[in-house]
Amino acid sequence: MPDHDPLSTRGPRLELDALVSAHGGPFDLQVEPGECVAIVGRSGSGKSVLLRLIADLDPHDGEVRLDGLARSSCPAPNWRRRVVYQAAEPAWWAATARAHFPSAGVPAVLALLPGLGLESPLLDIDIARLSTGERQRMALVRSLACEPRVLLLDEPTAALDQASTLLVEALLAARVAAGLSILFVTHSREQAARVGHRVLEVRDHRLHAP
Amino acid sequence: MTPIHLGAVDLAVAAVLVLLCAGASIALHLRVHRQVLWAAARMVVQLLLVGLVLRLVFRAGSPVATVGIVLLMIGAAAREVAVRPVQRLRGGANYRIGAVVVGASSVATVALALLTAIRPSPWFDPRYAIPLMGIVLGSVLNSASLGLDSFFGGLVAGRAGIEAQLALGATMREACAELTRNSIRRGLIPLINQMSAAGIITLPGIMTGQLLAGMDPLEAVKYQILLLFLLTGAGAMAAAGAVYLAAKSVTDERERLRLDRFVP
Repeated sequence: MPDHDPLSTRGPRLELDALVSAHGGPFDLQVEPGECVAIVGRSGSGKSVLLRLIADLDPHDGEVRLDGLARSSCPAPNWRRRVVYQAAEPAWWAATARAHFPSAGVPAVLALLPGLGLESPLLDIDIARLSTGERQRMALVRSLACEPRVLLLDEPTAALDQASTLLVEALLAARVAAGLSILFVTHSREQAARVGHRVLEVRDHRLHAP
Repeated sequence: MTPIHLGAVDLAVAAVLVLLCAGASIALHLRVHRQVLWAAARMVVQLLLVGLVLRLVFRAGSPVATVGIVLLMIGAAAREVAVRPVQRLRGGANYRIGAVVVGASSVATVALALLTAIRPSPWFDPRYAIPLMGIVLGSVLNSASLGLDSFFGGLVAGRAGIEAQLALGATMREACAELTRNSIRRGLIPLINQMSAAGIITLPGIMTGQLLAGMDPLEAVKYQILLLFLLTGAGAMAAAGAVYLAAKSVTDERERLRLDRFVP
């Protein structure tokens, strides 16, 4: 019998309740199922802090709920598999991209690559030989391969050219249409308006309407 | 065969080499002559003091004095382990890690040797217990401090990679597994080198001492083999213990990497 996972019993919806740390907040926010919320703000305003707090990577106060289930009642690794955070400069810990995926997940990875303009041989070359843009797209593949309910993306197209940016946006739009919820941090207000159902701004370490 | 006793003149002759070293430093502008002379003088005073204390403790044969000396040695070794890494945990946690791993690994291995292989009477005989503890502590100190330094350094350098794994649902144990293995391996390298080189490249110190003291070479070799086994066991315990305790110290209940627990 498969493990019972309380997170899988309801549709996704993220709810931040007075999330605060020494570096930002309090943040209050609700994200609906299949909604993309674009977050803009100046460098150092606290955008990445917000995403890291939701992913529970830094100590803080406050609560986050996914479909009403409090994060504090859920083991942290389970939470982070459902609410996946991708840093602005994705890090790698093995020699090749393929080594970052469990072997059972490789078919799903191979299916994702063409949509992002990546070819399968890139999985097996030294990760340091990939371009910055290829690494950033490969990081998105890595995040999506976890099949998260909520994706926390910190400037996921910062290193990409126009064509690759549009590929990423199209892929994410399709995922959002299928029910994925996304918090999308970007410096570009044009991109925020393009990808987000709503746009919010982080100013002075708090969320505001832009 | 009785050992050849050394007199003050014999030591003075050897001390000429230290003076030559200091002279070379002056001639070659190495600017280490003061350190060389100071270290040599400090070494002579320390060893003479230790010799006098050990003479008293050996004569008394008191378990209390033996335990006191052993605790002092463990404390000094634990301090060395704690201060070696660049990174220091808040609240003196480096010292706690040092004390636990140094104390546990050295006491366990020395007790094993005293109770099984050497079996002096009484079993805590300071003539055996204290020198044995000294040798084991040297090895434990090396392995634990190398393991700890490597782990803490690796955490700082590899923070982004560890947090990327955590962000995808890994536990801290999984995210730090490679670093943990590498750090323990680093702590074991001196032990492997020591065993590989013994007898071919070097004559280990304890064996040399026993040969100079007149012991039969095969008997000296047996002691050396026993000691190298003890050092390997103690060093491995210390390296693994230091790295696991260090990992625990930077992990919180929500499986986060807590580098903020280092003193800035």
